[in-house]
Amino acid sequence: MAETITIEVARYRPEQEGEPALQSYEVPLNKDWVVLDALNHIKDHVDGSLSFRWSCRMGVCGSCGMTVNGEPKLTCATFLSHYAPGPIRVEPLKNFPVVRDLVIEMTDFMEKLQSVKPWIVRQDDPAPAKGEFLQTPEQLDEFKQFSMCINCMICYAACPVYGLDPQFVGPAAIALAQRYNQDSRDQGEQERMDVLSQHEGIWGCTFVGECTEVCPKDVDPAGAIQQYKLAATKEWFKSFLMPWSKQ
Amino acid sequence: MTDSLSSEMPSHDVLLVGGGGAGLRAAIAVSEVDPNLSVAVVSKVYPMRSHTVSAEGGSAAVIKEGDSLDEHAYDTISGGDWMCDQDAVELFVNEAPGEMLQLEHWGCPWSREPDGRVAVRPFGGMKKERTWFAADKTGFHMLHALFQTSLKYRSIARYDEWFVTRLLVEDGRVQGVVAIELMTGKIQAITAKSVIICTGGCGKVFPFTTNANIKNGDGMALAYRAGVPLKDMEFVQYHPTGLPFTGILITEASRAEGGFLLNKDGYRYLQDYDLGTPQPKPVLRSMELGPRDRLSQAFMKELEKGRTLEGPYGPYVHLDLTHLGKKIIDTKLPFVRELCLKYENIDPVSELIPVRPVVHYMMGGVHTDIQGATPLAGLFAAGEAACVSINGANRLGSNSLTELLVFGGRAGRAAAEHALQDKPLSAGIEAQAADEKKRLEREFLHKSGGTEPIAGLRGEMQSIMEKSAGIYRTGTLLEEAQAKVAELKERFRQVAIQDHSHTFNTELTAALELSYMLDVAEAVVECALHRTESRGAHQRIDFPRRDDERFLAHSLVSHRPDDRPRVEYLPVTITRWPPGERVYGRPAAPAPPG
Repeated sequence: MAETITIEVARYRPEQEGEPALQSYEVPLNKDWVVLDALNHIKDHVDGSLSFRWSCRMGVCGSCGMTVNGEPKLTCATFLSHYAPGPIRVEPLKNFPVVRDLVIEMTDFMEKLQSVKPWIVRQDDPAPAKGEFLQTPEQLDEFKQFSMCINCMICYAACPVYGLDPQFVGPAAIALAQRYNQDSRDQGEQERMDVLSQHEGIWGCTFVGECTEVCPKDVDPAGAIQQYKLAATKEWFKSFLMPWSKQ
Repeated sequence: MTDSLSSEMPSHDVLLVGGGGAGLRAAIAVSEVDPNLSVAVVSKVYPMRSHTVSAEGGSAAVIKEGDSLDEHAYDTISGGDWMCDQDAVELFVNEAPGEMLQLEHWGCPWSREPDGRVAVRPFGGMKKERTWFAADKTGFHMLHALFQTSLKYRSIARYDEWFVTRLLVEDGRVQGVVAIELMTGKIQAITAKSVIICTGGCGKVFPFTTNANIKNGDGMALAYRAGVPLKDMEFVQYHPTGLPFTGILITEASRAEGGFLLNKDGYRYLQDYDLGTPQPKPVLRSMELGPRDRLSQAFMKELEKGRTLEGPYGPYVHLDLTHLGKKIIDTKLPFVRELCLKYENIDPVSELIPVRPVVHYMMGGVHTDIQGATPLAGLFAAGEAACVSINGANRLGSNSLTELLVFGGRAGRAAAEHALQDKPLSAGIEAQAADEKKRLEREFLHKSGGTEPIAGLRGEMQSIMEKSAGIYRTGTLLEEAQAKVAELKERFRQVAIQDHSHTFNTELTAALELSYMLDVAEAVVECALHRTESRGAHQRIDFPRRDDERFLAHSLVSHRPDDRPRVEYLPVTITRWPPGERVYGRPAAPAPPG
């Protein structure tokens, strides 16, 4: 008989249950299977009502973030065998409202992302037909790692500040603001600074860097936050010492 | 009249079904035509989850000295085995550089030369280096650059995680859609003066694919059901290098950087299939840089000869990158290394990668003209969901990302112009939307006692498609598939739905997706059966020759509710490149016209 492993999945159907409860399933412990494969096995062959998001199964669409044995993970890149002999507990990402089962509500992030103006801001607007903006490989390296964010929400799930204060813009949105600030083609740093400084939450961020620890794409949001704080502090001193310079 | 549906129908000028590369490019194009036009992006996933995100290798456009638009056109046309419409290709290669530069201005982090100019790499079937790339995550960066740029346009409204179930058509023109808001289960009509289908392909019709779970041919089926023909559906591209089991794509860029394909004896077998002689460094339009259809077919021949390897997930060959060294792999192919390490526990720096051909792309799609317009007034399509056609019988790698931009932009502008005509909503639209709501409730949400599990039907469909409509096909097998798909469609009426919840009901969406895939499967099989020749990705063992006399023509397949689909033909548009022999790895390639 093939080996199996127990998966305890958080179930929550708001039309049926007042609060989430764990449900256990036995799934084959296939060495090639990731947690997401096990969830699909359950959905296809055991219980069609289990709900979760997934799409690419190659770690780039950012859909399948969940809490696996207490840690936020992309379930398409988390092997069952790593947790043998089990059980494995799969829950929705922390720090977000739960819509149903393993599906969280992420509209808050979508608004925050838009608020930091994650696009190229130019005072001038040269026509593309005139050719590309020159950017050396070294200039590309300045922002490249921040551009690798897949918006998977794993850093928000790990962020102690966001957990306490949902107003906090949060690691991914700040990293993406910094992605544009550091891009040699961009001229919008001041506008973004104004947005980020509207909320105090950022100062609550410690140097612990859980966001950077958990990021599946090796983005360093904690580094982005520290870069921002440094820039904002300089700005503050400048406005304090030279109040006329601001306008 | 049933509740909320009729009382409040949000209305827009242009509505996009799908928010991937083509959809977002189209949305921005509409806003640029007129910022007062209201745009709705309706997508079953958040736009940045769209499958454009998975594209790896690059995006083609002529930019360097020594290259020319004619050469890009010739590579595309010969790559497509002369099935491409040449007016569309000329326009495509002509507009490609402008679109790519526009994306550069929108922040796409293209890989660069030391002097700061955009870098290009070689790619399969391309005679010159013209493939722009952002390391090997080109689609990811293009999609995020487009999505983040789209956020600055106030006229673009998003319906994230809304699943479209039907096009609303009245008085001979499309006037909106019915969609389910996944979070609440609300079934809602959203009206619009123009609708653009940008839902991508349908790889999930097959069992083994690089495509994401969301690639179910939704938009193709929506158009097909509304009476719009699908074009060239028999042309299904197998990518020669997918990882066994997962189907994860190992980009063609890995061969462009110098990777070798080896059979079980460590032999570069492509030399046996008229693709050139092996050289230590990559040679354009030769060997590993041949076109995808020819490489996938060569794998099947190796399998027949018993020269492939055998693993737990079937036959495979090896992709060898070890001679490239760690530095090239880490700078040019970091995602390939990450994917191999994470999903196969293999390090391509020192180990061979197991690969096999895997369903990757649909050359066919919703029939459009070069403006992206379909025969149904107000309905447009762009990207993989559409067939213009620039891809003919076999798409060249790195043309599809550029296609999203060029034809997404064109469809957006054409849809905007159409919306500005400002025709009023027909009186029957509300009733039609109410009918659709009743259908969804009757057939799915309120239904009980179904006996056919979704996964069972889906699995049977995938396996007959692989068996009959794969790399090599025969009339007998296709007839078997024709009967089987008809049987599955019949059995789908008894589909089992246990989940009657209104909150994020993914059993409901899986059932609806299966019904879309069954329609698409029917179209693929019907076209493949009717095309009694071999051309590009459509290879008939019983008709092994290309037949320009009878089949230098696009298949147009139309849905008939209680009958077999109808297949008709539309001549291919030839402008300057008369049909010729496809030559790879030999110097005999005819020169493009001057």
